[in-house]
Amino acid sequence: MAKAKITFEDIHQTVNVPAGTRIIEISEKIGAGVIYGCREGDCGTCMMEVTEGWNNLTEPSVLEEKVLRENMAGRHNRLACQAQILGDCKVKPA
Amino acid sequence: MADTPPLNVSTWKEAVEFAPGVHWIGALDPTLRTFDIILKTANGTTYNSYLVRGSEGVAIIDTVKEGFEDEFFRRLESVARYDEIKVIVLNHLEPDHSGALPELMRRAPQARLYISTRATSMLKALLRPNREEPFEYTTVTTNDRVSLGDRHLRFLHTPFLHWPDTQCTYLEEEQVLFSGDIFGCHYCDVRLFNDRVGDFRFSFDYYYAHIMRPFKQWVMEALALIEPLKMKIVAPTHGPILRERPRRYVAHYRELSTSTLSREIGDTNKSLIIFYMSSYGNTARMAEAIYSGADTVEGVRVSLYDLEGGEVAPFVDLIEDADALLFGSPTINGDAVKPVWDLLSSLAVVNLKGKIGAAFGSYGWSGEAVRMVEDRMRGLKMRVPREGLRVKLIPTQEELDECTGLGREIANILVGKEEQRGVIEFSDLT
Ligand SMILES: Cc1cc2nc3c(=O)[nH]c(=O)nc-3n(C[C@H](O)[C@H](O)[C@H](O)COP(=O)(O)O)c2cc1C
Ligand code: FES
Ligand SMILES: [Fe+2]
Ligand SMILES: [Fe+2]
Repeated sequence: MAKAKITFEDIHQTVNVPAGTRIIEISEKIGAGVIYGCREGDCGTCMMEVTEGWNNLTEPSVLEEKVLRENMAGRHNRLACQAQILGDCKVKPA
Repeated sequence: MADTPPLNVSTWKEAVEFAPGVHWIGALDPTLRTFDIILKTANGTTYNSYLVRGSEGVAIIDTVKEGFEDEFFRRLESVARYDEIKVIVLNHLEPDHSGALPELMRRAPQARLYISTRATSMLKALLRPNREEPFEYTTVTTNDRVSLGDRHLRFLHTPFLHWPDTQCTYLEEEQVLFSGDIFGCHYCDVRLFNDRVGDFRFSFDYYYAHIMRPFKQWVMEALALIEPLKMKIVAPTHGPILRERPRRYVAHYRELSTSTLSREIGDTNKSLIIFYMSSYGNTARMAEAIYSGADTVEGVRVSLYDLEGGEVAPFVDLIEDADALLFGSPTINGDAVKPVWDLLSSLAVVNLKGKIGAAFGSYGWSGEAVRMVEDRMRGLKMRVPREGLRVKLIPTQEELDECTGLGREIANILVGKEEQRGVIEFSDLT
């Protein structure tokens, strides 16, 4: 299976994951600083900033786009409960 | 001149004006004893709602809990007509303040609802059972303003205090801050104002300790927005209206939110605390070895506590200010011991996220305690970077050396000398 490396910059930790893994599945287990609310892409609590590898995450859905807009997201913000990892990337809490 | 009779809002059923055109239209709940499961109150609470009259319309700021609508509407009707209401603000959507919203929107369909940017999804979830068509609303954030003609409401985005969607609303011309649950307390007094009511200091601190304390960093961010404001009155959603020296309460929040430890020892030292229980001294020996290892690391202040000798509350205070926590427990009947669980189940009032944790303990044959404590720490969102140490019965010198090593490693992680182990495999994450 294809693998990818994701780095959580706030805790300087890199994890090697199968492609398609959602960020929420990793960040809580290693204690990264992303906070979750609804866990279903609705509340915007889990907003994070993608500092590298922006294109290595799945495209945001229409709903995610809407929530990002409502929460005044910056250009490289994503929802950690939604984004799936396709290739190497680096993230930190927004 | 005759004294005016003292205010008693349990017999006075109309609005109470406390600044020009600014009225309290809330409700009293004197018999409430438990709030939201986690809070006690010895004399009930109030649900404070406010009405502001401007030259071009009326604003309602927060409503009351379901079941208290009659009192609220009666006070509202004493000073305004429903068709005058132009603006409704909810500073957060918790049901104790949004309970009368559906009925208010029905009576004032022309009014526009203003909520924080984070409140959208909650609004849908809260109103789901009551209504099919969603409300029209506007989301606002810091420095957004709404005009009532000669008066203006300005919003302050103060998330997580204590709901994600919390905001404050500031009436610029009168310098009144409608602060929501911030600066509130469960204290019901018919005299309504902080200079008239009984001694509510305990209730104020107790409310902070249970509602705001887990969100201290967010309190600091909110204070950065609140402190520069000119403030004649702070009007929270529960308890007394703070009109006499309101700034004292703001300053008190800053004090309560500043870590005592960092004030005393300076921000450069990291604090590592080892807690243990031991019946025959085996786990205690491990604890001492960990202590001696951690203590060799510069920049880390190490403390060792036998749980048998203390009570939960002060330990919770220590934990709040610590950067790393190590728990030692023997395995007794397949479990960690009760004092360890008592402490680990009393931490809902503090923020543990990102603190470093480790577990250790002596056991006789099955040794479940260490893994269970590690799972609990992970569940509390702590980071557990090293596998805990389990020792069968009496630790050997070699095993004690391992303990010393664990103490040193954790301390080194704290000061950033030891990085996390390179790359973790996803399959290794439990
Ligand atoms: C009442 C009792 C029950 C125990 N139950 C277990 C158990 O279920 N599993 C286990 O591994 N050890 C068990 N033990 C053994 C202790 O974990 C072992 O004696 C350990 O070394 C005690 O460490 P301490 O002296 O630091 O308290 C039990 C001991 C006692 C006294
Ligand atoms: S947790 Fe609510 S959007 Fe991700
Ligand atoms: Fe609340
Ligand atoms: Fe409340």
